[in-house]
Amino acid sequence: MIGDMTAAAVIESVSGPVVKALRHAPLSVGEAVSVGPAGLLGEVVRVSAGQCTIQVYEETTGLRFGDAVIGSGQPLSVRLGPGLLGNIFDGLLRPLQQGGEEVQYTVLPLLEAGEKVQAGQRLARLEGPAKEQFVLVPHDLPEGVLGWIASGSAGENDVVARIALEDGSEREIGMIEHWPVRQPRPVRRRLAPNKMMVTGQRILDSLFPVARGGRAAIPGGFGTGKTVLQETLAKWCDADVIVYVGCGERGNEMAEVLHEFPKLEDPRSGRPLMERTVVIANTSNMPVAAREASIYTGVTVGEYFRDQGYNVTLMADSTSRWAEALREVSGRLGELPSESGYPAYLSSRLSEFYERAARVETLAGKKASLTLIGAVSPPAGDFSEPVTSHTKRYVRCFWGLDRGRAQARFYPAIHPLQSYSEDAANLVEWWTKQGNPNWRAWRERLLVLLEEQANLERMARIVGKDALPAEQQVKLLCADLVGNAFLRQSAFSKVDRYCSPERQTAMLGALIQFFDAAEQAVSEGVSPDDIAGSEFYRRMARMNEEIGEGEADRFAELIAHMEREMATLKRSDVDAV
Amino acid sequence: MLFDLHAEDLVTAIEGPLVFLRRNVNVGLGDAVEVSHAGGDGRIGRVVAIDGDQVVVELLEDTTGLGIEDARIRFLGEPMLMPLGTGLLGRIFDGLGRPRDGGAPVAARVERRIDLAVINPAERGLPQDFILTGVSAIDVLNSLVRGQKLPIFSAGGLPHDKLATSIAQSARLLKEDGQDFAVVFCGIGVSHDSAESFRAAMEHSGALEHTAMFLNLASEPTAQRLLTPRYALTAAEYLAFDEGRHVLVILTDMTNYCEALREVSASHGEIPSRKGYPGYMYSDLATIYERAGWVEGRPGTVTQLPILTMPADDISHPIPDITGYITEGQVVMDRELDHRGIYPPIEVRSSLSRLMDQGIGEGFTDPDHPSLAQQLFASYARAAQVRILSSVVGREGLTPTDRLYLDFGDRFEAEFVQQTGVRELEESMEIGWRVLSLLPPVELSRLSDEQIATHIRAETASG
Repeated sequence: MIGDMTAAAVIESVSGPVVKALRHAPLSVGEAVSVGPAGLLGEVVRVSAGQCTIQVYEETTGLRFGDAVIGSGQPLSVRLGPGLLGNIFDGLLRPLQQGGEEVQYTVLPLLEAGEKVQAGQRLARLEGPAKEQFVLVPHDLPEGVLGWIASGSAGENDVVARIALEDGSEREIGMIEHWPVRQPRPVRRRLAPNKMMVTGQRILDSLFPVARGGRAAIPGGFGTGKTVLQETLAKWCDADVIVYVGCGERGNEMAEVLHEFPKLEDPRSGRPLMERTVVIANTSNMPVAAREASIYTGVTVGEYFRDQGYNVTLMADSTSRWAEALREVSGRLGELPSESGYPAYLSSRLSEFYERAARVETLAGKKASLTLIGAVSPPAGDFSEPVTSHTKRYVRCFWGLDRGRAQARFYPAIHPLQSYSEDAANLVEWWTKQGNPNWRAWRERLLVLLEEQANLERMARIVGKDALPAEQQVKLLCADLVGNAFLRQSAFSKVDRYCSPERQTAMLGALIQFFDAAEQAVSEGVSPDDIAGSEFYRRMARMNEEIGEGEADRFAELIAHMEREMATLKRSDVDAV
Repeated sequence: MLFDLHAEDLVTAIEGPLVFLRRNVNVGLGDAVEVSHAGGDGRIGRVVAIDGDQVVVELLEDTTGLGIEDARIRFLGEPMLMPLGTGLLGRIFDGLGRPRDGGAPVAARVERRIDLAVINPAERGLPQDFILTGVSAIDVLNSLVRGQKLPIFSAGGLPHDKLATSIAQSARLLKEDGQDFAVVFCGIGVSHDSAESFRAAMEHSGALEHTAMFLNLASEPTAQRLLTPRYALTAAEYLAFDEGRHVLVILTDMTNYCEALREVSASHGEIPSRKGYPGYMYSDLATIYERAGWVEGRPGTVTQLPILTMPADDISHPIPDITGYITEGQVVMDRELDHRGIYPPIEVRSSLSRLMDQGIGEGFTDPDHPSLAQQLFASYARAAQVRILSSVVGREGLTPTDRLYLDFGDRFEAEFVQQTGVRELEESMEIGWRVLSLLPPVELSRLSDEQIATHIRAETASG
């Protein structure tokens, strides 16, 4: 990448990842530079007369006064190509696994020589070790005519097509594209977010759904299950491509993803999950400045696959580490700190990031989306701190994790009263198409019940549970059931780790029937304790573990069983009175 | 060695541990420096900042007695290196990796930098070998696996040293294969007697020849504390990845480390973040904790058991908070349990082992282990709620089921958490099933009917 080999500047001082240099040739803000004899990658963040400040993306120990800084003339860019899927990269998209021989792809042309082409159009399909991908006409190319296109086997660095431009010149198109990470890739237009991203997690899909092209935040103190939830989403959500950004988190977690994903099967395609996944790892012990870049790198990779026509979901774990990297670099630059020491531009950086999520029509006219899900790690689990509160302003779904639930190992520990989804209103039609026209009403009933549960438990703490009237006790019973049978979903249970929209509908239906039956029975004199102690209540409470996918008739049996037993209870209880 | 340069008349100022030099030699950031004066030994330091006209050296030893005029600087031209070779075990080193037991220095086979070992995440192996610690609250509920970093969140006056020592003495794999193990004890700002009592306990159990100790005592310079864990971990990595041992590293007390970090950061004039700790404390602690793990294709592992004392028993204090975000769980000690005479006073609800699910269950421990742990957590959480309720409405105001929960909570603490010797896993699990059988089966929603039939009903019948 480094073209001009003459030093543009020489190092004057070094402070952590920040290097100040005396400049004697032009360098522009945002330009990628090579620093020192080892050629460390850096980015110019400030220039002034005779000086410049560089953020270095690698360990700076050993840099000396007078070491050369060489400009590249290019903004900080990443190398995009078909080799991304199924592999792991560092924060600047350099491979962490040294692969063996060059991968060969089968090129299947989609256009013929002589056809007119325009930016963003699919030129050819690539078949290789991961899922199929496409070679696109570069975004910066004006209209042209396809002169030649390859067919058959080709490597990553081979020329795939030649396009004749209007000015008579010719441009070679390969599989590899370089794109500046901080610049969003263009699209034709944005579409309304009215398709749901199925996560397979009941509390999300049924209560707090996220739309394709939506943006969600998962805030939670340590140990509340952010990472497990992110991994669960990465495993079971119905995206075509997953970009998993481990930003300042644990190395062993990355190892977990790398070991587990190749063994797990995508429930829809039956292929190993790794084939649709790109892992970007800047673990907490890797250079801090690259952590700042890794988020943009991830989004750029997400947009690259979106432009091929895919629905992409990006998981960023955790955006707080990224914000801290901003803070650290800002501190070293000597900028004035704002709230909690974060730079004043924290909020605008967050909004720039989340704004890159969208459901779009690509330049080639395909419908595609990029959904962003960011974990937030608030210090001491306090949601009022700057990163959480600013994030809240830019996301549409907020899945707040609760320490109390996590301590009872009630996972996912999403607190239903602290969470929300602005996408829910747009998804009623989607659920109707899935065969659940009652979704909005059922969802509201569940949310109201959970709200009542909180109030009644507060009351029970004062007067004792026994002192509550029977119709309130049955409310508590129903709410307990919602918690145990519906909201709780073990990521480690083979039966329950994924729940399809059909099964969610069946479970919701069973719960609603139970609420009606139980309230009716109690109003006729049945004691709530008898319902709680009954065999059918236990069956209802364990339906998430006992009735798996594709066993819809067993839910019908369960409801019939429940109604029969409820009738028996009515007879015995009412007779006894 | 690139060069070995002596210079005089360079020092412009000495402030606390920092020595300011005129910048007329070309040194690199992090380079080692030796500062001496007439009639004194060389004192070790490192370059911490370089700018246009000065070089700042941080001395890792006392600056007392140094003067501007007679200070003599020796630049070693490379970062600090640690000599490593056979014979690390059974030895005691100081905070900078030099022998403090009067023995000869370790015969160096290699010299390594103490701060550059970053394991490539793509080369890490997945930690999943269950370690039996003999402590029920850890083995059943917060299992430790090889290559994990599991800190003990404790507080002043709680028996964390006793617990760590007992784990160091008895930890082994469930299916003991007699592979080489080693313990690296790293004392950071510890008192002489706690270091000595650890040494004595290891000697008593005959494990001293498997142990290497790195001690920075409370009386020794603060700046050294930042390096002591790095020396200890460099040694641990050598023992694990070169000699193929399974190394358990005990780091105590990480709170002293963080205090030293704050002190040194303040002396550098850096902008403080939460409670005066530097903003990079997360990244800095990560460079220590992330050195746990194992590398695919290498024989040994490094498991970390850091101990920290929570200032004012506050788990939301930056030190435990940041640690909890980096480590793979935590074992939390509770003062109230300790007051009630329960040893080990482990508060299981706030404790967590993130790698537990990879190392337990079918093929690892017992097929019913995950369900048992889930049910114990769920029931104990409910018992804790009922306790709050009963403190308001009294035991009489509770429903009969809630009264059973109260009893369950008490017996769980008295029989399951409380223990005197070490326990086998079977014994721990059996106690778990036994206390659960106090509750009516309908309450046990995390267990399957078969599990209730096998474990709970049987317990009720025999008990």
